Amino acid sequence: MDIKAYIESGILELYVAGALSEKENQEVYSLMQQYPEIEKEVIEIEAAIVRLTGSTIESDLGIESFEKIKNQLGHNKVITITKSKYNWITYTGWAASIVLGLGLLYTTNKNNQLQSDIQISKTQQSLLETQIENSKSNLKEANTLISVLRDENILKIPLAGQGNFANTFAKVYWDKKAQRIFLDAEGLPEPPQGKVYQVWSLTLNPLTPTSLGTIDNFNQDSNKIFEITNPNNSEAFGITLEPVGGSETPTMNQLYTLGVISAS
Amino acid sequence: MQLETLVKQFKQKDEKAFETLYDMYHESMRGVIFNIVRDADIAEEIMQDVFIKAWNNASSYSSEKGRFFTWILNIARNAAIDKTRSKAFKNSKQNLDSNFFVDILETKDSLDETTNSIGIAKFVKQLSKKCIEIIELLYFKGYTQSEASESLEMPIGTIKTRNRNCIKNLRSLVLE
Repeated sequence: MDIKAYIESGILELYVAGALSEKENQEVYSLMQQYPEIEKEVIEIEAAIVRLTGSTIESDLGIESFEKIKNQLGHNKVITITKSKYNWITYTGWAASIVLGLGLLYTTNKNNQLQSDIQISKTQQSLLETQIENSKSNLKEANTLISVLRDENILKIPLAGQGNFANTFAKVYWDKKAQRIFLDAEGLPEPPQGKVYQVWSLTLNPLTPTSLGTIDNFNQDSNKIFEITNPNNSEAFGITLEPVGGSETPTMNQLYTLGVISAS
Repeated sequence: MQLETLVKQFKQKDEKAFETLYDMYHESMRGVIFNIVRDADIAEEIMQDVFIKAWNNASSYSSEKGRFFTWILNIARNAAIDKTRSKAFKNSKQNLDSNFFVDILETKDSLDETTNSIGIAKFVKQLSKKCIEIIELLYFKGYTQSEASESLEMPIGTIKTRNRNCIKNLRSLVLE
């Protein structure tokens, strides 16, 4: 390539002026990299133009004026420093640690939640077990009751309300063979605090009461049917209200219900 | 320091390098802008804006696309021309005289004999009318070669060689 001719063509002057196309600019640039003579020429052209253009107006503001724009660069400078100081690794690191932290927090939270879920499930399970257990025993009880009610050998003795307690009632189902009675005490009110119902077996001639025991779980029992052992040759059954623990003999003014077994 | 290094540092937002570039080119830019707006205060203001703009857009400059000087020269010319098109500017300046840059040089002869510019002014005025025209269009006004060719009614080849000779002339006048 004829460097001299290229320089003499005047293309470099246009290059400095910015009058060339983008493609031509790139051409000149690559030739400049290859040929120092071309670069030197460009630098000299540029220097001449800088001097010429700079001499059109008097300037005594020179030094001061950069200070003016320096202040306006300030903001950008801060941003720049921040950028270079904290490169992408720093940002990525921070981002990663935040993500990790959030992840940990989430996991811990999730774990706690699961733990409490397990606790709840366990509680529910034991509750259900209790319910099943209860249902089973209820079923057994019910079945027993049904068999009692169906049994021909069982005596049914209604106990009528007495005196002040005329509006109360009870029923006794007596299975003589099994020596037990089932007392249906649904017609009795709940005993007041400190008192219990006591069940008596009676013979009439002479009148002899025999205690069959107290009903200590009256309030807790839902169907108010109580199974009581009765080995006696009872002729009547009575229920009195007695202090907790029961009494030796029935308190007659607290006799709630009484029923005589009809001779059969 | 090498211009290339300076420009590289400038692109990395090195303020020191930018200050050096500013020292190198700000008078030139102010001159170009002044030639267009013909108001010293406005020219100063635009010149500062141009350098701030250059700083903010440092990343968009690439040396493969042209000289740093040419890049900032373009920004300066565009900013100045934009200013002359603004309404406020048009209202304040009824009619810009269409004289060439040499006329600005002339007015300064009477001011201060010691300044550098006046020394140059004397030389520049030795340039032929043809040279002054072509330099005005290509460097101060930012005409492309084909625009200059149209305006001066000369083929592009002639523009190139004539301009080459004019700049050669200028170089012998201003650079020792």
